[in-house]
Parts: sequence; C-alpha cells; structure tokens
Amino acid sequence: MSAARYEAVIGLEVHVQLKTRSKMFCGCATSFGAEPNTNVCPVCLGYPGTMPVMNREAIRLTVLSGLMLGCRINPRSKFDRKSYFYPDMPKNYQITQYDQPLCLGGGVEIEGASGLATVPLTRIHLEEDVAKNMHFATCSGVDFNRAGSPLMEIVSEPAMHTPEQAVAYLQGLKQTLMYAGVSDCNLEEGNMRCDVNVSLRPVGATALGTKAELKNLNSFKSVLLALRAEIGRQEQLLREGGRVVQETRRWDVEAGATFLMRTKEDAHDYRYFPEPDLMPVVLSEQQIAEWARGLPETPRQRRARFASEYSLPEYDARVLAADKAVGDYFEAAARGSKAPKIVSNWVMTEMLRRLGETGQEIAAVQITPAALAELVELTEAGAINSNTARELFGELFANGGSPRALVEARGLAQVSDSGALQALVDQAIRENAKSAEDFRGGKAVALKFLTGQVMRLSRGKANPQLAAQLLEERLKK
Amino acid sequence: MLTAHELQDRLVRGDCSSVEIVQELLAAIQEVDGTIRGYLSVDAEAALAQARAADAARATGRGGPLLGIPVAIKDVLNVAGQPCGCASKMLRGYVAPYDATAVAALRAAGAVLLGRTNMDEFAMGSTTENSAFQVTRNPWSLEHVPGGSSGGSAAVVAAGEAVAALGSDTGGSIRQPAGFCGCVGLKPSYGRVSRYGLTAFASSLDQIGPMTRDVRDAARLLGVMAGHDPHDSTSLPAPVEDYEAGLPVSGGLRGMRLGMPREYFGGGLDTEVEAAVSAAVEECRRQGAEVVEISLPHTRYAIATYYIVACAEASANLSRFDGVRYGHRTAVAGDATELYLRSRAEGFGAEVKRRILLGTYVLSSGYHDAYYLRAQKVRTLIRRDFDAAFERCAAIVCPVAPTAAYRLGATGGDPLKMYLGDVFTVTANLAGLCGLALPCGFTAAGLPVGLQFLGPALGEARVLRAGRAYEQATAWHTRRAPHAAGMARTEAGGK
Repeated sequence: MSAARYEAVIGLEVHVQLKTRSKMFCGCATSFGAEPNTNVCPVCLGYPGTMPVMNREAIRLTVLSGLMLGCRINPRSKFDRKSYFYPDMPKNYQITQYDQPLCLGGGVEIEGASGLATVPLTRIHLEEDVAKNMHFATCSGVDFNRAGSPLMEIVSEPAMHTPEQAVAYLQGLKQTLMYAGVSDCNLEEGNMRCDVNVSLRPVGATALGTKAELKNLNSFKSVLLALRAEIGRQEQLLREGGRVVQETRRWDVEAGATFLMRTKEDAHDYRYFPEPDLMPVVLSEQQIAEWARGLPETPRQRRARFASEYSLPEYDARVLAADKAVGDYFEAAARGSKAPKIVSNWVMTEMLRRLGETGQEIAAVQITPAALAELVELTEAGAINSNTARELFGELFANGGSPRALVEARGLAQVSDSGALQALVDQAIRENAKSAEDFRGGKAVALKFLTGQVMRLSRGKANPQLAAQLLEERLKK
Repeated sequence: MLTAHELQDRLVRGDCSSVEIVQELLAAIQEVDGTIRGYLSVDAEAALAQARAADAARATGRGGPLLGIPVAIKDVLNVAGQPCGCASKMLRGYVAPYDATAVAALRAAGAVLLGRTNMDEFAMGSTTENSAFQVTRNPWSLEHVPGGSSGGSAAVVAAGEAVAALGSDTGGSIRQPAGFCGCVGLKPSYGRVSRYGLTAFASSLDQIGPMTRDVRDAARLLGVMAGHDPHDSTSLPAPVEDYEAGLPVSGGLRGMRLGMPREYFGGGLDTEVEAAVSAAVEECRRQGAEVVEISLPHTRYAIATYYIVACAEASANLSRFDGVRYGHRTAVAGDATELYLRSRAEGFGAEVKRRILLGTYVLSSGYHDAYYLRAQKVRTLIRRDFDAAFERCAAIVCPVAPTAAYRLGATGGDPLKMYLGDVFTVTANLAGLCGLALPCGFTAAGLPVGLQFLGPALGEARVLRAGRAYEQATAWHTRRAPHAAGMARTEAGGK
C-alpha cells in the first residue's frame, strides 16, 4: 500500500449541436422529433456520387463561440475525413477537422472556491453529427434525421483537478454558449454531450498519468458522480500498487460506478486525411471583424453592466446574469422601472423560487416583464402593500394578466386615506384596551400589535405606515 | 458514322428526326453489341420517349446544340431512375434517386440518354476487364481490350452504337480508352465539370468528360457540361468559354508552341506508337506549330504517387458501400461487423479490394507520413514541373499510352504492368490539367494509336484548338472500325 497522495487531472471534450436551420452539408432541416428518416436526402444518406456543401452559418456560429470564449480564429482551417465503420455513419467516415480547427486557445471562466479562474481551451472544431441507432426485439434500425447536423467540439486542456471544477466548467461553457445563442445546450436532450478524460498523478508530479475516458454522462450530476467514482477507482488501484490502463469507461447511473467499454487495443485507427470534396475555409480579417462586431455580450460584460446601469449589488448582478434568459427577463422588466433593485429582488426571490418549484422556463412564464414592472410600480407608489403584492405575484405567475386591472377588479388598493382608516384605528384601540394601556405605559412594541389589528380589520389593504402613525397620534392624545 | 454536330445539322434541316437517329442506334446495338458488349443496359423505350419529346420541342421552335442527340452514359454516373451499378455486384439493385449535374446539363440541353456503358468496376482498371458483368471488346480487334476504365463508352462510340458518350477520368480513364478505340476523349481540368453525381473513386483526381467522334463534338459537349455547380465545392467559378465557336476553321496550330516532354519519349514506348506520335508531331510542325523539347523531371514518380493518392481516397470513398442503406447486402449476418465483412467480401471484385487495401495501408498510423504525406509532396513537385513547362509552351504533345490496346487477358495476372500503362495520363490528374486524346495513326495490326495534347488548368480552349487543327489536317478520325455497325440510312440523308 502506497501512502502517496494523488491529484486528479481532468480534461473535457464537449460536443454541442449548433442551432442552424439546415444540416452541415445539405439542405435538410435540423428539426428534431420528426418521424424517423424524414429529414434526409441523398447527401446525408451517403448515396454514391453525392458531395458535401459547407453550411456557412455553422462556420459563423463556431467562430462566434470562439470569439465569445476568447479563442484565436484560424484564418485558414480545413476539413478531414475520419474513417471507421459503424451503422450510424452514412459514409463510414465522418467529416471533421483534424489538425487545422477553426478556433485555437481561449478559455472558460469558472467560479471556484478561490474565486474566479479560467480553464484554458485547446481548440474548437466543427464536424458532422452521426445518425441514431435504434434496437428493437428482432432487429435494429437507423434514423438518419440527425446525421449530418452541425456539431461543434470544444476541447479543454487537462487543467481541472476536481469533479466540482469540471461541473463549474460545463456550467460556465453552457452559460457562454447560451449567451452566444449558438445552441440550446441541453445535456438531457443530447444537444450538449460530454466526454471526460481523467487521470491521477502523485501530488507535486508534473507528468500526466494514464487516463481513462468516461462516456454516457448526460447530466451535470452524472459528470460529478462519475468523476468521483472514477477518481476513487483509480486511487484505490494505485494505492494497491496497480496500474491504470488507458481505456474508455461507461458511467452506470444505477450502479453508481464506471464500467469498461473498450481498451486502447480496440481503439480505431481513424486514418485521417484532408477531405478532398471541400475547399479549405479561409476567413478574412474583415470577415472575422464583422462577425466580432455583431458579438453578443458575454456573461462577464453583462454582470458589469447590470451592476453599473441598474445600480445593483455585485451579488444581484451575478445571480441575474448567470442564466441568459433570467438576465433577459430582468432587463426587460427593469428597463422602464424606477426601482430596478426592487425588480431584481422579485426576480431573485419569488421568480427563481417559483421556477424551481414548477420546473418552468423563465421564457415561458405567464407573468410578463411588463406586468412585473407594473407590480413594482404599484408597490413603490404605495398603491398596494407588500403582502398584497406577493399574493398578486402568485396570481400573475399562474395566470398572467395586468396587476393594475387585478387591483381595481378586486379592490385590493391600499387604503391610504386617513379618514377611512380612522374608524378602524378607533375600533382596534377599543377592542384591545390592554395593548393601548401598555403602549401608553411605555411599551413601544404594543404599537406593532395594534397596527397588525388595523391591517386585519382592513383585510390587508391598510397602508401599515399610515395606520401606525394614526394609532400613535390617537394614543398620545 | 456521323458526329453529333453533323446530326444536329440534319435535324435542323429536317433531314431526319431524333426518333430515327435513336432507332438507327438501337438497330446498331442490336447488330453489334452482342459482340462488342459495350452496354450494360439500354432503355430503348425511355430513349425513344426522350427522342419524341426532342422532336416535339423542335417542332415548337426549340433548338440547341444537343437537342435530340443520343448520348451513352458510363455506369459510374447517376441518372435519376436508372440503375447506377459502377459495373459492380456491390451496387446491384441500386437505382439512382437523382441526376448527376453533368447528366442534368445534358438533359436540359435536350440530349437523349441512351444507356449505361460498361467499365472497370468502380472505374478501377485500364482494360474494362474488371467489370463484374461482362468483357467489352475493341471494335478494331475483338481480341483486344477497349482500354479502361471508360472502355464501354469508347467502344460504343467507335462501334457506331452511340454518337457520343460520357466517361470519367481519374488517371486516364477517358483518354486511354479513347486512344485504344480511335475516338476523341477529353479530360477537362479539375473542377471544370461538376463531379456531383459521379460515384467517387478518387475525389481529388476524378473528372467527367466527353468521348466523341471528333474534337468539335468534344467541344460541344464540354460547353454544355462545364461550369460552376453549387453542389460541388471544388468546381471552378471561372466563366465557361464558347469552346466550339473558338475552334479554328483552319490553321489552328499556326504559331502555337508545343512542348515535347523528353521523359515521355524514352524507353518503354512501343516503337509503332512512337513512330505514329512522332509523325503526328511532324504534322503539327507542318501546320505551323513550333515544337520545343521540355522536361518533366518527376515523371518517374508519377505512377507511385498516383496509386498512393488514388487508393487512399478510394479507401474512404468506397467505405459507404456497406450493405446498410443500398446495394448488395449479405444474406446472413449475426452483427454489424459481420454484415460489413460479408457484404463487402461478396460485393467487391479483386482489383477494388486490392486498391481499398492499398489505400487503407498508406493512411494507417505509422505509414501515413511515409506514403500518403510523401505522395502529396511529390504531387506538388509534379504540378510544379508542369507550371514550369507551361512557361515554355502553350500545350504539351505526347502519346496517350506507351502501347496500343492490350490483348484480352494480357494484364490479368500482373496489376503492376497494367498500372505502368497509365504513365502518360496520370500526371494530368495529379496536376489538375486538361488533356485531349485523339487518333493519330494505326499499328500494323490495325489498332489505333492515340495522340495527347495537355493544357494547363482551364486551358481547354487551347487543347481543343490544337486537336481540331490536327484533326482537320489528317483523316484518322474518319476511319471506321472493322467491327462497327452500319449506319446506312441516316448517313444517306434520312428517309
């Protein structure tokens, strides 16, 4: 048994389906959920004589992603053929980029225990997706609808050391790609897929150990748990004097462990060579500059802007900018509001809580940004009190509608007319003589109780500040 | 035997109809194809229907250089609704769902698509003996091959069973059979004609081109097919010249500087071929050409370079034939791997397997740099040889092949011998040049000898001018093969 302490070294390969209307090399639609083999043509079925034609939008979206992630854009990149036989491969070679990818370098900003850090990227390249194999009781089938969809592969350097960092990296990457608008990045739906490479080495060593590649990780949680399990397995192996063998392992969520898929001996010789049917991709400086000008805001830029433009605390800015859709919602509501911090409070608390409870997407909620802005305006103007506002929020979240109209229809307006409140103040003192005595005797807290009684008598509509003021005036007489 | 432009003149004058031309050809096929075996299939009904449509279009005032002219198509090109078997068992039962761009261009010009011509399986070979289905014979001598891989196209044109045909040329597969059969064959520059719909053998070398009875027809067909195609990213955007209008009325060689590559006239060249080609060069000189000696020093590496590049690309291109989506599928297979192994073992012939293995080997890790990468470097050197040569001359004049047509079966046991016969043609493909083959004489045994003009990329107009001028000064192209069919009626001027 060795007593050495080990450090994990983790690198990720993430595949992201790009949101283009048509496939990478033909005009077929990329829409999902269609009947099997309906979005297909001779090109994406690999029929004899067909040739690929580059989808320029896929190039643009990849370059956009690269610019968002701080990559160097290769002025000249090319495509290659990667050969292996599998029924989900129409041509039995995949068109991908081998040694001249579109983007080099760059990094993903992650938030760790010791603050912000950047995980460096090796490269981003573009390739075509494969079909989907389906297995039935007595036969297998292939659905080629997905075959030839544009797929972007983002390769990180082996620069992470904990499962938590790997998850933070994925979250950061997803955040940026969502900001870029290039993909839906949904791991569960398979439009973001990730393979993890992990090896161990003694703490202090610089050479990399032998790695294992983990597959079938279709949620952030799977990545976390699989890495924990695999690091544990390798550590135990090394402690017992064993050696890690280079292999591909499959995460089994039920068993909570990784299992051998294939060893290096079974590895394919992909026989890469330049794709002779496509010209190299040459991007002029002007073209890259033009795309850079149209670049969306990065999460970091948005955080800074939210803090300054809406005078938000840094914490608020970070929470709101974490998810592009949440930030978009906040901004739509706050833009016309005199109290953006109050809007922020609503989004960060009530909204996020209810989204979490109901599993809804913020882009699809009933309460419009304009309605939230109106709700805040009503509260700030004292037209409704905060309890009423919370109730209204629930109502609007479930059914939508206009807060002003609801207030009027239900008579929920806060009563701030001292004449109307006076009778209730008197009634509260009459019915709670003991508390009135206590207040007069110097017990300030009794005023709070009496104010609560006024609120109750008004069915929550009384302006609590005004009620307290009237009570005090009356009791001091 | 009339050419397409001669037939077109008759059609325009109303001397004959397209239906009559097709009927003549069907009769010719009936007469000689049992012996020549140049066609894999002929769809007589469809051809007659297209001819009727062409005649009807002409009656409404439509015209065009190919309206109503029948063209035979090599079995490697996709024609919607027709089988496209590449003379392989592997593609038995496959019916093309679309037209190759070149085929669509012919269709749009009103050409009648007559039938599918035999070839070496997947265009791999130089004799057409590698067809999985039949052996095509040379109309000049039934004991000889028509050349390959477009041997069927060359044979049916030479035998009077087609007016013109399409072939494909990866290392000489249009020019060499044209030379062997005494007809005209043009390999356009890489990218001049769209490859979309041409079942790929070696994508960086393949080109579609015409095989015809004279140079003017070759110019006419090229003009119809050439141009940029959005479906083929490697097709060239350069505007298409009017090749036919650019042909000389006379004296087209006057003042043209022709280069004779020293390396192409050395040992290994058959003496009869050398004599015919030398005489042709003399004729060019008489016609006013200036002939200079040039050097292409990397010629000796051409065959090795070609077979590495072509086989490497072929190994990937032919991977798609796996029995999963179309073509031959083995009767019983336990799993996917077995399905591949059995289907491919049963479907491919020996030469195709040999080239897939060669290609897989030269791309394998550990060998990739020594073979594939080095071949690419030598390819660049070969291209530079030609760049330098075209500084000194407008076109290169040379033989098409070191010998006239081989005897049937002569290369069967020795693939390397067959490969060496491609020495004068593969360089044009490696360097992306255009090349024109045309007849320039006969051996004592009566076999045609081919002359080749090579031009720089997009130099088609130039080689066509040279070829047309030579053709006008000689009469080789008007000779008839002894085993060609008679074409009495149309030639007599119709009804």
